[in-house]
Amino acid sequence: MTSGQLGASRPVPGTQREARISPAAWVYIGAVVLAAAVLVARTPVRAPTNIHEVGNYWAALAVLQALFLVCDSPRTALTSRQTRWSPSSAATLAAAVLLGPAAAAFVGAMSLLSLRRQLQLGQRLFNGATHALSGLAAGEAYLAINTDVGLPQQPYFSRTLLAFAVAAGVHVLANHGLIWGIYRLTRGGGMQRGESPESSVALLLASDLGYASLGLVIASLWTIMHWFAAVIVLVPLFVARWAMAQFAEEHRAYAATMNALCQAVETKDYYTRGHGDRVSRGAVMIARKIGMNSARTDAIRFAGMLHDVGKLGVPTQVLQKTGALTEEEFAAIQLHPMRGLEIVREIGFLFEALNGIMHHHERIDGRGYPMGLAGHEIPEFARVIAVADAFDSMTSTRSYREAKSIDQGVAELRKGAGTQFDPVLVEAFIAALGQLGWVLPGPAGAPADLATVTVQDHDDPTAPLQVVVP
Amino acid sequence: MTIGIPRRPEPDRLAYWQALDSGRLLLMAVAAMLVTAAFASTAVILHQQPKIDWSAALAFGGFIAFGELLRLALPGGREAAPIAMVGAMSYALLLRVAGEHGNVRLPSVLVIAVCAVGMTVGALPHIAAGRPAGVTGMCTRLVAVAGVAFIFRSVVSGFLKDHTTWQLEFAVMAVLIFFGWLIETGVGALIRADDVGARFSVALADEIRLQWQLGLAVGASVIITVFSVQAMGLPVLLAFTGPLLVTQVAFRRYAGIRATYLQTVRSLARVTEVAGYVEAGHSRRVSRLAVAVGRALGMAEKELLDLEYAALMHDIGQLSLRDPIPGGATVLVSPADQDRIAELGAEVISHAGVLERVAELVRCQAWPARGHEPPPPLSSMIIRAANAFDDMVGSSTDRDRSATALDRMRLDPVAYDVDVVSALGDVAGRRVPSRL
Repeated sequence: MTSGQLGASRPVPGTQREARISPAAWVYIGAVVLAAAVLVARTPVRAPTNIHEVGNYWAALAVLQALFLVCDSPRTALTSRQTRWSPSSAATLAAAVLLGPAAAAFVGAMSLLSLRRQLQLGQRLFNGATHALSGLAAGEAYLAINTDVGLPQQPYFSRTLLAFAVAAGVHVLANHGLIWGIYRLTRGGGMQRGESPESSVALLLASDLGYASLGLVIASLWTIMHWFAAVIVLVPLFVARWAMAQFAEEHRAYAATMNALCQAVETKDYYTRGHGDRVSRGAVMIARKIGMNSARTDAIRFAGMLHDVGKLGVPTQVLQKTGALTEEEFAAIQLHPMRGLEIVREIGFLFEALNGIMHHHERIDGRGYPMGLAGHEIPEFARVIAVADAFDSMTSTRSYREAKSIDQGVAELRKGAGTQFDPVLVEAFIAALGQLGWVLPGPAGAPADLATVTVQDHDDPTAPLQVVVP
Repeated sequence: MTIGIPRRPEPDRLAYWQALDSGRLLLMAVAAMLVTAAFASTAVILHQQPKIDWSAALAFGGFIAFGELLRLALPGGREAAPIAMVGAMSYALLLRVAGEHGNVRLPSVLVIAVCAVGMTVGALPHIAAGRPAGVTGMCTRLVAVAGVAFIFRSVVSGFLKDHTTWQLEFAVMAVLIFFGWLIETGVGALIRADDVGARFSVALADEIRLQWQLGLAVGASVIITVFSVQAMGLPVLLAFTGPLLVTQVAFRRYAGIRATYLQTVRSLARVTEVAGYVEAGHSRRVSRLAVAVGRALGMAEKELLDLEYAALMHDIGQLSLRDPIPGGATVLVSPADQDRIAELGAEVISHAGVLERVAELVRCQAWPARGHEPPPPLSSMIIRAANAFDDMVGSSTDRDRSATALDRMRLDPVAYDVDVVSALGDVAGRRVPSRL
């Protein structure tokens, strides 16, 4: 959420539309609004200008306020799942350069009237006050270094550039600082690990500064084309937003297609329907709990979904066999992670996701397959998937037993911790289960005609595959 | 060592210049001539007036090199360098730099020379990293910039005095930028039509549809750059790099997910092979063949993408069968079963909720070309023909075998569309590697 807005793509708990804003958050919001009102009231409307003033102060202010609103609207903000890049700070900073600190605050306060309709009053008040305060701070910083506001003057442009860089830095820090405060309050003691953007803070700040520097470009263009500067800069912004919307759309389509294909793979086996989906969810729960960054979390989501895709390469009669397996049949089952790897190898996944699929049946004690890796030789993705995989298998109905309850599943996981599973990940999973719960598979009815039925589940740690000992 | 066996050059081991087609060669020749002329004239100019302020040339050359370094892969295997284009076009259209009294109104040859050097420097890291140098793209950009620079500096700039209003300058620039974009897009479409065997008109329409948004962003950025440099001098370039980068990141993510999407469908379509339902490589061969046929029949890229997805997943319905069809050849099973498999596959695909058009193509893939009500879409007829061809021929490159298969399909104009089979014949003929 780089632009520092509440009510962006990732709603803040406690300030969501449905949820009420907590009293502590209200106090914080009140304090910020009060501070903004007092500080703005004490700032003279017109900053000192010795040099070329911008024609009509109020007309210029209105144009920049309009620019802010357009930039803040859903049409220009780049919203992806975790971030929202709004170029609105460019309007605030342009006001800081052209008109002074008070004008920057007035422009920032426009956040109150944001065109994003889903915002609550509390969010609007907070956003308006936050942007006013950070605009004011940026304006003061600019004025302190440049000693003057108004149209930038070419001979002193390097000083303007320096002052602007400082102002943009102050703006970003003030904005993110105030937002961070409300996150602290609404989350009760800091953001949850894994969901926080901590891992990519540097990137977020950089992209924020990238857009903020457009403010100086607007101010420079103003010397030639006046208010039209605010119009022409919108063109690249709209295009960027278009590309981002396409990205979001393609991403949704991609995820949906993946899901459909995975379901198609699972239709082969009646009892394991939805297994990939649930394992994927479980793996993501663990990944968030141990603080994986978002790119890796995305990768493990897909790895979890696809971890058993190689089972398609195992002959159906082996999967359906009731009695003990021969050595060859057991070998065929042990090969399925490799088969899965073969299928997904060419997908442009993170390398780690491939590792996760290939090694998800390794055991911490080294007695797993296909490679017999032990301990931390096993890639982290594989260790994560192994926990979610076994848990889902145990809590699902099989032809030879009823589903275990969640508590029984947890107990089995604890029993296997240190021998089959990574104990740290088991504890992380159990903690996440406590917070987020688990969606059990629906009750298994009578198998349909087309589906085949697995009689032995290779994933089930409580009922190991029976192999004939020669 | 083998002695006495004459070595045949393998088709994929041709020397670099042998692999070039005439369009590319022509483009490169034009670009090479431009660059040579530009360097020669620059040398003359330098000799006549050795005191030239190089700061603008350095700043813009660096900007172009930076942009060339950050090339952008676009859907369909295209490559663009929007930031380099912004730098080059801005330099071509720059009349004055604020605060500098040196002669910025240099002739167009100097612009071409600076762009050529900048692009080459920017391409060096790509070559060092083992990536393709992208010579064609660079030549296209250079030709477009040269056209704009020539018209602007030799013809138009004489009319633009220092007291001209900014509105007039703006209008002239907008027209010239559009002209430059037309050159870039037109040349790009020519090359692409040559590369993939599409018609030029179709390739041009595709190119315009895919590139106009980026072109718009580049055009606006050029105007912003030129005016802000004319107002504040070269340091303002630093401030504008940020927004350009953010825009580029947005485009990169979009192109990236498109590529991943296609890769994923390609890989997952292979589950039918791994599960033993169809012969290895079947889905990929069918999709390649189908896309080639679709292109030969003049389909646009958007339709071709749907066709490719549908062709890759056309056998996915077989996963719902209890037992694999012997050899996986759907051409051998009864029409009712073919329809059922198609229906099951379409059901799987429409689960995604986003690929309705693709699901429709898969659903209609077993319909006969004639006499079916409603008639099947062209893409479905293509998939049917490509699938039948691959079921009969497989990975074999035997000419007789493919000729027999084609004859068999020609004899059945009810099942297979005549135009599709004829295009398939052309395409399949090209597919057989020549044995020279």
